Amino acid sequence: MTNTNGYHSGSNLERVLRAGHFAVTAELGPPQNADGDVIRKKAQLLKGYCDAANLTDNQTAIVRMSSIGAGAILVQEGLEPVIQMVCRDRNRLAMQSDLLGAYALGIRNLLCLTGDHQTFGNHPTAKNVFDIDSMQMVQMVTGMRDKRVFQCGEEFKGQEPRFFVGAVESPFAHPIDFRPYRLGKKVKAGASFIQTQLVFDIEAFKKFMDKVCSLGIHEQVYLLAGVGPLKSPTMAKYMRDNVPGILIPNEMIKRMEKAGEPWAGKSKDELTAEDKKARTAAWQGEGIKICIELIQQMREIKGVSGVHVMAIEWEKAVKPLVEGAGLYPRPVIPDASIVSAQPA
Amino acid sequence: MIVAEQKSLDEIKKLVGSAQKVLVVGCGTCVTVCFAGGAREAAIVAAELRMSTKLDGSPKEVTDVTVQRQCEWEYLDEIAPKLGQVDIILSLGCGVGVQAIAEHFPSTWVVPGLNTKFMGLPTEQGVWAERCAACGDCILGITGGICPIARCSKSLLNGPCGGSLDGHCEINADIPCAWQLIYDRLNSMGKLEVLMDIQPPKNWQTSRDGGPRKIVREDLRLDKKEE
Repeated sequence: MTNTNGYHSGSNLERVLRAGHFAVTAELGPPQNADGDVIRKKAQLLKGYCDAANLTDNQTAIVRMSSIGAGAILVQEGLEPVIQMVCRDRNRLAMQSDLLGAYALGIRNLLCLTGDHQTFGNHPTAKNVFDIDSMQMVQMVTGMRDKRVFQCGEEFKGQEPRFFVGAVESPFAHPIDFRPYRLGKKVKAGASFIQTQLVFDIEAFKKFMDKVCSLGIHEQVYLLAGVGPLKSPTMAKYMRDNVPGILIPNEMIKRMEKAGEPWAGKSKDELTAEDKKARTAAWQGEGIKICIELIQQMREIKGVSGVHVMAIEWEKAVKPLVEGAGLYPRPVIPDASIVSAQPA
Repeated sequence: MIVAEQKSLDEIKKLVGSAQKVLVVGCGTCVTVCFAGGAREAAIVAAELRMSTKLDGSPKEVTDVTVQRQCEWEYLDEIAPKLGQVDIILSLGCGVGVQAIAEHFPSTWVVPGLNTKFMGLPTEQGVWAERCAACGDCILGITGGICPIARCSKSLLNGPCGGSLDGHCEINADIPCAWQLIYDRLNSMGKLEVLMDIQPPKNWQTSRDGGPRKIVREDLRLDKKEE
């Protein structure tokens, strides 16, 4: 049996959180092809600026390189992966066998999600699985880890897959009153960390966290608040209007619009390539600035143990965000240390 | 009830193919109530086929008949005398009806005129919605009488996913979020604590995943074998 030193998996992310540091995870989107160099290049952008990188699992139901395959590359690159796994594409057999393989490949963090419905993606005519839900997945993988049993209850011998297991919550999805309780259920199921949907509305998030803390959930789990840089006012409005659970305050959208003001009122044809480049840079600069402010505010909220940076297809933004928020360099916690700090 | 809708005339014509004498068989039960395959629809489809094939220059001989329940063999006996005079049966029954005909009349070619959609109910005049997925292990007792297997797009058992917004499902604004409905109903009845338990993985063996299903009631069988 593995010597766990009191850790679930002993992953870098778990060690950083247990040591009481404000953790940083970052999202890395695998490519829609079989080119491992895409992962390697993105890994170089993130390495040193986060404690672990999340690899999405066919995000928005679009076929991409598998999170486990990409995760194995990250292990080679020396950047710790958090592999995401959704319930849409695999039944309980496939999940368990893939997780045995993922552990054997050196992967130590797992994030369990329901998964977007396949109608959103590039194979809308596919059959979905949803054999088990995300809460049941958490129970299954912690059972494999802590009791060495498969989901069916059958015990197994030899190395158990020891993952630091996380789950997600979307604080502002509906029914909103149920969200803190749903989070509590995931923790009860065995989740050690939670990553949230993107948060822009700090005031609304504080109310959510107040409820989470009043239920005592923050003492049982590390909660990493989802943050991300806005790219443009159009993207901000699109997300606000189309993505369930994403609230973006009007003043934030106004700030993004103001950043592009010097170019406002001009049609596409009137703008030169340089103009467009400068406008994009101005928007992105403001987006990063807003995100840094969000991270700083998150650090002050009770029960928040870190941030999960989702710079979707913009991994370059992670470095200035983490540096700007004063979270660089990332702590280095030796493998052997046993620290008993409780979640913040 | 079983809810179905008619295939397009083009598809029906392709299925009928070169057969000359067509018997359209309606059903007097579920598909009558959902206006897809009752006596009225059988007569209309027969007329459409006659007119359309006439316009095409190769008129077919199309007659129609409606049985009370296409899904029981004994009700099919009344069409037996007609079979010698037709080349093909176009069934306007549900998928069960089509198969009942195929099983009962092994030498008769039968094609479906409907797409069987789901088990559901009419929510208003002209609107039907799915309610049951026949999973074989009813959980309505713990979900406030609203089925997440049939009505949640992901058949979740432990509450809504992150895609629930303003009462509707992430896949379509016309689909109510089953978990919002469950939450609201349990909340209004003061029974939200029901949602706090973690429901274990479902046993899908009782559903289609356990293979084709069958019920044997020894107490009802007429030809019980001696032990």
